[in-house]
Amino acid sequence: MVDSVERTAADTAVDLELRAERAESRRGFLIGLPAYFYLVLFFAVPLLIVVVYSFATRTRTGATALEGWNLDSWIRVFSGTPAQVFLRSLALAAATTVISLIFSYPFAYWIATRTPRMRAILLVLVMIPFWSNFLVRTYAMKFLMGSDGPLSLLSQALGGEPVRILFTIWAVLIGLVYGYMPFMILPLYAALERLDWSLVEAARDLYADGWTAFRKVTLPLSMPGVVAGSVLVFIPALGAYVTPAILGGGRPPYLGDYIVSQFLSARNWPFGSALSVAVMFVMLIATVLYFRKGGRTL
Amino acid sequence: MALILAACGNGDATDTTAPPDDDAPPATGEQVSAECAVDATDGNLNFYNWSDYIDPELITAFEEEYAVDVVETFYDSNETMLAQIQAGVVYDLIVPSDYMVAILIEEERLMPLIKDAIPNVANLSDRFTALPYDPNDEYSVAYQWGTTGLGVNLSVVGEDYEPSWALALDPELNADYPGGVSLLNDPRETIGAALKYLGYSLNETDESALQEAADLVASANVTVFDSDQYPDNLVNGEVAVSHGYSGNFFTAFDESEDPDNWEYFVPDEGGTFWTDNLAVPVNSEHPCTAHTFINFLLDAENGAQLTNWTYYASPNEAAEEFILPEILEDPAIYPDDATFENLEAIEDTGEAEILFSDYFNVARGG
Amino acid sequence: MRESTVPRPFVDRLLSAHGWLVYLFFYAPIVVLAVFSFNDNSRVGVWTEPSLRWYGEMFNNQAIMRSISNTLIVAAISTAVSVVLGTAAAISMERFRFKGQRTLDGLLYLPIIIPDVTMAVMMLLFFVQAFDLFAGLTGIRLNLGLGSISLAHIAFNISFVAVVVRARLAGMDPNLSEAAADLYATPWQTFRKVTLPLIMPGVAGGALLALTLSLDDVVVTSFVTGPGSTTLPVYVFGLVRREVSPLINAVSTAMLVASILLVAISLGFQRRSGGRAGLTETDEGDTDETAQMAGRLSRVGADSGGLR
Repeated sequence: MVDSVERTAADTAVDLELRAERAESRRGFLIGLPAYFYLVLFFAVPLLIVVVYSFATRTRTGATALEGWNLDSWIRVFSGTPAQVFLRSLALAAATTVISLIFSYPFAYWIATRTPRMRAILLVLVMIPFWSNFLVRTYAMKFLMGSDGPLSLLSQALGGEPVRILFTIWAVLIGLVYGYMPFMILPLYAALERLDWSLVEAARDLYADGWTAFRKVTLPLSMPGVVAGSVLVFIPALGAYVTPAILGGGRPPYLGDYIVSQFLSARNWPFGSALSVAVMFVMLIATVLYFRKGGRTL
Repeated sequence: MALILAACGNGDATDTTAPPDDDAPPATGEQVSAECAVDATDGNLNFYNWSDYIDPELITAFEEEYAVDVVETFYDSNETMLAQIQAGVVYDLIVPSDYMVAILIEEERLMPLIKDAIPNVANLSDRFTALPYDPNDEYSVAYQWGTTGLGVNLSVVGEDYEPSWALALDPELNADYPGGVSLLNDPRETIGAALKYLGYSLNETDESALQEAADLVASANVTVFDSDQYPDNLVNGEVAVSHGYSGNFFTAFDESEDPDNWEYFVPDEGGTFWTDNLAVPVNSEHPCTAHTFINFLLDAENGAQLTNWTYYASPNEAAEEFILPEILEDPAIYPDDATFENLEAIEDTGEAEILFSDYFNVARGG
Repeated sequence: MRESTVPRPFVDRLLSAHGWLVYLFFYAPIVVLAVFSFNDNSRVGVWTEPSLRWYGEMFNNQAIMRSISNTLIVAAISTAVSVVLGTAAAISMERFRFKGQRTLDGLLYLPIIIPDVTMAVMMLLFFVQAFDLFAGLTGIRLNLGLGSISLAHIAFNISFVAVVVRARLAGMDPNLSEAAADLYATPWQTFRKVTLPLIMPGVAGGALLALTLSLDDVVVTSFVTGPGSTTLPVYVFGLVRREVSPLINAVSTAMLVASILLVAISLGFQRRSGGRAGLTETDEGDTDETAQMAGRLSRVGADSGGLR
């Protein structure tokens, strides 16, 4: 009782502010709590199972036996073949991301600068093709790119050779870009649409030309969209396996196919688990770093 | 809410389910009903099958005749099915391939069949009893079978081609084929083909032999590794030679513009014959219905209806009376005895399975 | 704050041309798909004559119809739940600071980076263990089925929604919500009247993404499926192993048309009800946003009626 009398007004003010901050902090946590709880229960826990399995042993018949801590799978992860497959997939995913970005940015910018009514329609028009079945769509692309397909007929009509891009890496790239472009477009659009265009105007008023205004104002402000889109494209592209299988002819093997085959045809779940955990770990670090660089604070 | 849905997903209550990993599988026989009379049913049938592998009319006919429902669930590979079975998901009837039956038996996942409930098993041809993966016919009944071989474009290889794996695996021979070669995206089948070509058994596990086979595949003029699109790729002109399963080639040939331009053959050095089977998981809840369905499918006319729909060969000798002649007489679907001598079944090689997978990856450039 | 500037005419024309080319790229395979669904020949790629036989076959095929309804149920549930949870997670991450945030941030990214098949395997193992445990504790036996599929879809969709909404939030002016607070709005009011309308495009984008991911998921679904709950993409995936028949084209085209109708109807509803915008922050035309925002804030102030 005696203490409270001696508290100064300043102390009280600081006290109140701290309490407000803590309340704010708690509120933030509580808002996200349902999502965090869900992910802990339905993702983190199952993931632990995979981590445990990476130390398991493959039985004679390909089943998984939990007998102590077997490091065989982990040793194999760091051997030559997985590294080779991983690097190859890394390059493919990077190419896919860059190409997607190059084509998606102008596209998202275009949509963002239309009238509000048009924007809604244009966006929906983007998503519609992706509501068809992915597999059937990929086969349709295969048909288009075939040496007997429409593209080929067109090129021959124009006096050229039949098109032979199927089963090459170009076909895979086209297929991957096709499949993942919406994942780049949506975040880009969301970021661009929210732009404070008066800033761009201000730059122009200061005699900057269109390109400089874009480079120094629009692009940096849309960075969160670029970063989000890149992550949403790069990561799935890294693990893609249906597209490289159908359009690329299954050779050379990429990471997605490599991991899947461990769980399926090789029935080597411990190794598949170890591979997955290793890949995820690397990608997680990279993603976190990337987001930080892109101006996101953690 | 989603958990409620999960509960509603399958209304049946079960007594026990097999544990998810393999520490303590249920003892074989734990869940078997003591008796299943012929034509008895004990509830609806949970049928876990490959997509598009049974005539829907057979299902409807069974449902009407025995007044039960058939709940179909589909898988696209033996291994996906195995994952579910190992996890203890409850089905009444599954359709595993030959090597998978061996695995399931070893893991004690299959219920011994009650022979009294499937008298029609006598309809099976002798060739499909006592197969290596189930030598006493205890756990499985053959469903459909076929061969693996090569489909070729006659205008590329010529009418007088030599029926050998060389067409696919010898780069000097096929260097000029437009489009190259397609091989199956399956370690056992493709490495197996190379092993046969080199004179080994396709179940060979000696590493130097496997290395030879892998090197052969790596140096071959392979454009694509594909286990689904091999007939289409051939008929569309994307490749000139295609490695694949018998039945699928025929539909593709028939529907092409020039059916006579294509042929399928089993190479002289030998190849694979595969058998898909019906089996009852050990934790099945409606084994009597399952047995009745097996018996139903083994009936001569039903067996024929199945083959007439899938265009794969039937192991059912009695059904041959009702199978379309065009199927029976096609040597690619029903190979003659001489060819059959050369065929081997894929057997599970235990720990060596990983080797096939690894060498195959190397062969693909991995 | 001004509405977006339309770029200079020359640039604008270039952008438009690029835009339409991209649409051509996106729709070419779809057109092929749809055209061949009306083809009489059962080989895709060889055109014979127009026919509706595949649509007939589709409606008669019980397995397909059932898988379509399964797919729609799962997609609806997983999209709805993941949009709510994902948006909440995004706001929590972007607008607040609390202990353990970094770890949770990492957790939020994991579902995006995990390979499909790994997630499939781990969900299967998890559900089996969990159901066993649940049965042991309560005696109720749960089974794999539409429920487990939905739970799995929600798990990865939350993250995708969160990423999209976060990108949106990041570009948003935090002063607006502060201003609302200064005007004595409760946090919930601030959210409803200020934050939510502003992040709507992000939320809608996240929802579209989640819907698409759920409609197309094959690997995870095929592992955690139960008897009778095969979804369409899983069924189709198995089907193409036999042969690619126009039946699949017919199914895809039908689903496509259905989706288009659904969206058209819902867009129509939104226009009708005026108020909350769909993909843009307003459908009342090109008005000055500051004025709008000022209007909203003043309403907020009036609503809260004085000191909290």
